[in-house]
Amino acid sequence: MIENQEKKRIMWSVLQFEFMRNALLASIIISILCGIVGTLVVVNRLVFMTGGIAHSAYGGVGLGLYAGISPFLGAGIFAVLNAIIMGLVTLKDRDRADTVIGVLWAVGMAIGIIFVHLSHGYNVNLMSYLFGSIVSVSKKEIYISTIFMILLIGWVYLFYKELLAISYDEEFSYVIGIPVTPLYFLTLIFTAISVIIAMRMVGLILVIALMSIPPYIAENYTNSLAQMMVLSSLFSMFFSISGLLISYYLNIPAGASVILIAGAGFLLLYILRMLKKIMKWA
Amino acid sequence: MSFESKDKVIEVEHVYFSYDNVPVLEDICFSVERKDFCVIIGPNGGGKTTLLKLLLGILKPDKGTIKILGKNPNDVRHKLGYLPQYTDFKLSFPISVMDVALMGRLNKRGLFKRFTDEDRKKVEEILKMLGMWEYRNVHIGRLSGGQRQRVFIARALATEPEILFLDEPTARVDPEHETGLYEILRELNKRMTIVVITHDIGVISRYARSIACVNRKLVFHEEGKITEKMLEMAYECPVDLIAHGIPHRVLPEHKHE
Repeated sequence: MIENQEKKRIMWSVLQFEFMRNALLASIIISILCGIVGTLVVVNRLVFMTGGIAHSAYGGVGLGLYAGISPFLGAGIFAVLNAIIMGLVTLKDRDRADTVIGVLWAVGMAIGIIFVHLSHGYNVNLMSYLFGSIVSVSKKEIYISTIFMILLIGWVYLFYKELLAISYDEEFSYVIGIPVTPLYFLTLIFTAISVIIAMRMVGLILVIALMSIPPYIAENYTNSLAQMMVLSSLFSMFFSISGLLISYYLNIPAGASVILIAGAGFLLLYILRMLKKIMKWA
Repeated sequence: MSFESKDKVIEVEHVYFSYDNVPVLEDICFSVERKDFCVIIGPNGGGKTTLLKLLLGILKPDKGTIKILGKNPNDVRHKLGYLPQYTDFKLSFPISVMDVALMGRLNKRGLFKRFTDEDRKKVEEILKMLGMWEYRNVHIGRLSGGQRQRVFIARALATEPEILFLDEPTARVDPEHETGLYEILRELNKRMTIVVITHDIGVISRYARSIACVNRKLVFHEEGKITEKMLEMAYECPVDLIAHGIPHRVLPEHKHE
């Protein structure tokens, strides 16, 4: 009995620290963002482009440091601009869009590397941009993320039937008179900003996993896009919170823990599906 | 009614189109009247689907003008209905039969508006007509190819357009549903213009009021009869191509006409 209470005390001790409370709150918000945006990214086959937006955002980090503004603001502006460019490229030359995205991906990172080097005097912890540092998240960042989350939910709510139609059958949506292109670019801009906010938690290199794994798993359990968004958010919350707690108790990096838990979930689903197939044959 | 005063809903003049400098359509001229049942025939790769996409505004002509309902295709988009040729895409996309069919009502409900009970009633009626109502909650990817095509037909019908464009609507549908579908189209034809691409010669003899024969160039026939010239132009190997998928229908019958 006493032992149990002791265990409980240790368990909840995690909430004693403000930085942990902030980190948990931030991961819940980021999970909702990734659940909604990730669903749109996966069903629209934008995973590669999202990877490109995330990585090229490093250019914004470098420029931000060099110009003396917040690297996150720099990354945000850079990511949105890159998203628009990639969007234009996919509209113009669909067949080679992936090549152009690959180029922008590398060029963005190269710009970042040069400008980070040039502004070395600042001596910042670059690892936090690449791999995330959720435990250093501030109250102000949580407020900004919450406002953005409300905007995102409002947008998806208002344009749900159009987003569903465009994601499923773009050509028909166009024929029937939906403003396909503006909504496509809005999707990309919301994706870019979500990527930058999620970067706070897992870093720009790992963010793509948080955008793609939960929706991929969720897709198997529903025939509705809205449900997929909710399920993805829940899966994402589960991965983020358990990853965060594990990182706290084992004293290992949080971002990578979250991604590894998500990766384990992905693998588990894969094995389960394989077993199901084998059972069918037997 | 004189010929000039007839209401033309599709007017195509000297249209050229090419994919990467490979000419697909050359000097296409024809017009379709309101409430026509226009059948487009021609060999594979002859440019039928391309022509349909030009009429819908999905593709833009290199040269020439296309007027739909007297306007640029893009300005009348909400008045057109469309069944694409391929319906086997994004099979793992999380969407139910009902939601796919409801997409057809998007032209009735603008931005910021929800679907109404009237929309749901209409879709229910159409799905029942096509024998797909019982599948309304099924994931679109779990259906057979023919069933899925019927759902897409339902979506096209739900648009209640002024002009309905169908690209090979019965390519994968069972024979029993095929006749049913054309009877539905005949009924709808009282209210709207129908343009359909098909390889089915039976459809032409029973339903067509006009025929457009497309093989890079276009020959238009306003009385729903196939001429020898059209067939020669449209098919290099007539019997094989026309009888494709429906081996019991033989061409010579029409040849001796």
